Amino acid sequence: MIRNQDQFDVVIEADQRIESDDWMPEDYRKTLIRQIAQHAHSEIIGMQPEGAWISRAPSLRRKSILTAKVQDEAGHGLYLYGAAETLGPDRSELLEMLHTKKQKYSSIFNYPTPTWADVGAIGWLVDGAAIMNQVPLCRCSYGPYGRAMVRVCKEESFHQRQGFQIMLTLAEGTEEQKVMAQEALNRWWWPSIMMFGPPDTESIHNARNMAWGIKRYTNDELRQNFVDASVPQAEVLGLTVPDPDLVWNEERGHYDYGEPDWEEFMQMVRGEGELPAERIRTRLDAHNEGAWVREAAEAYAAKRREVAA
Amino acid sequence: MSPGWPLWEVFVRARRGVNHVHFGSVHAADEETALQAARDLFTRRQEGVSIWVVRSSDVVASDPDDEDELFDPAEGKDYRFPTDYKLPAEVDHM
Amino acid sequence: MTDTSVLNASLLNHVLRHGDRALVLAQRLGQWVAHSPELEEDMALANISLDLLGQARVLYTYAAAVEGLGHDEDHFAYWREPGEFRNPLIVEQPNGDFAHTIARQFLHDAYAVAHWEAMRSSTDDTLAALANRAAKETSFHLRHSRGWLVRLGDGTDESHRRMQAGLDAMWPFAAELAARDDEEPLRQSGVVPDSGVRFAFDAEMASAVAEATLTAPERVDVATSGGGWDGAHSEHLPILLDELQVLARAHPGATW
Repeated sequence: MIRNQDQFDVVIEADQRIESDDWMPEDYRKTLIRQIAQHAHSEIIGMQPEGAWISRAPSLRRKSILTAKVQDEAGHGLYLYGAAETLGPDRSELLEMLHTKKQKYSSIFNYPTPTWADVGAIGWLVDGAAIMNQVPLCRCSYGPYGRAMVRVCKEESFHQRQGFQIMLTLAEGTEEQKVMAQEALNRWWWPSIMMFGPPDTESIHNARNMAWGIKRYTNDELRQNFVDASVPQAEVLGLTVPDPDLVWNEERGHYDYGEPDWEEFMQMVRGEGELPAERIRTRLDAHNEGAWVREAAEAYAAKRREVAA
Repeated sequence: MSPGWPLWEVFVRARRGVNHVHFGSVHAADEETALQAARDLFTRRQEGVSIWVVRSSDVVASDPDDEDELFDPAEGKDYRFPTDYKLPAEVDHM
Repeated sequence: MTDTSVLNASLLNHVLRHGDRALVLAQRLGQWVAHSPELEEDMALANISLDLLGQARVLYTYAAAVEGLGHDEDHFAYWREPGEFRNPLIVEQPNGDFAHTIARQFLHDAYAVAHWEAMRSSTDDTLAALANRAAKETSFHLRHSRGWLVRLGDGTDESHRRMQAGLDAMWPFAAELAARDDEEPLRQSGVVPDSGVRFAFDAEMASAVAEATLTAPERVDVATSGGGWDGAHSEHLPILLDELQVLARAHPGATW
């Protein structure tokens, strides 16, 4: 049992885990609640851009895969809300924070999915970047978060593979399909690069979160891993990564890459524009229109308890 | 506005012969929907053959402040472990 | 036509009816994902949709084999016109509110459980094997839909009113489900065992509606031919299929 800062520091220093009933610094708790909740919000908002293609998936196999994938995202949201709830707030409070925009979700889901190839690009790149971010979180110092992430990561690798397979099929398909795939890569490359957050020189929380064992690698380290892994995959697809500065650096043993448009990133983080508003509105509509159903279930359960008593 | 459905803890038996293990939690209005939600959430990939759900508020937990008196007294009782007994080499596999 | 070819045509018709039933309902349920009343319910509806998609795929693959023209599962889903679909009308009805969806699902599931239970003893090995799996899947679907029918019917005043409205709206399409007289050749050969589907279906409906404190609407008598099972659809199906087929049809011959 951890009862004070000294004991907490010893556990963190020894790279052991903090559990929900331990004493923890208020900032540690707040940071985790925000991070886990925003992670959960991202999962459930992320259902929308891909869910939009379930009804139009071009084969029954793809329809099954996509339904299962979007369903997994709801599941990941549930695992993560569950982890956040161990820190105090309950799910309805966390959802309220999403609905009132007091907490954010990953700005990657503020981009639209105009074609089927976007579903492929999201799986390959966005889920690929997410996995890079998430695998180290399995060793997060906060036990319930780490355990939720183990479950998430196990399921996530199918997401990336199905996306890559969509891209591969398109890239090997008709001329129109190839164009569709290249355009989706053009749309999603830079947003995926920016998913790792601002450069280390500008990231305010990097150092503290590393010290707390919430974060294991810096934004730039993860970004570099992602670029190094994805460029050869794009070559397999025969598609062109839309970065004229991209070049293998023999000396570093890594790819050098260009500077993303951080102004666009900040706009997306701020949630400006029509699409972010629509994402929240869609979520809020489902929540509000479902209120009578949730209330009915509670009323029925209460009646049954009365009868039993 | 309603605070939402209550929380249930979910325990899943992965296969015959092993214990139910805590998997996580779901929200549900009653035990039947809690079971169904647990099934839908935690056994999509054949992770289980049996599920228990328990209302989170019904779980009785040891008080963290009692940790010392509950668990520390088990320390120093080496005689409970086989390693505490040195035997002649001839019967070393007892 | 020879006896064999009559039987073959009836079998193809039967297989497509049920493949279409499963696909169209799966498509409707897919529209709920990310829009349902609670995240747990998103999971549940997606699971049901996936089970139905799986059933449709087995049935379409079998239809291709019976038909013998070298088609695949996607041919039946993506390249037929609305008039060629033979699903019962109830599954193409729009989602409406959650109560409408539950009414549609319950009536469908009550029928589907009775249907698949009977089909377990089909003399057709493919259908009997599918029935063994589908009977388990649909039993769980019925547990879910019946549970919600009762919970909403006997929940709050508002949910009772909505559930009754949903039931009233879907009820006229229920009778068609278990009313088929033209599968006689399949009955005689034991492909479609005649084992009281209608009776089981009616009993399930009556007991659930009573438990839900709802009122069963007047019984509707339907013709035993015509209707959705024979390709006469509402205006809802072409719209549903437009969306389902739009991408595949924009790229004839493409693989995905």
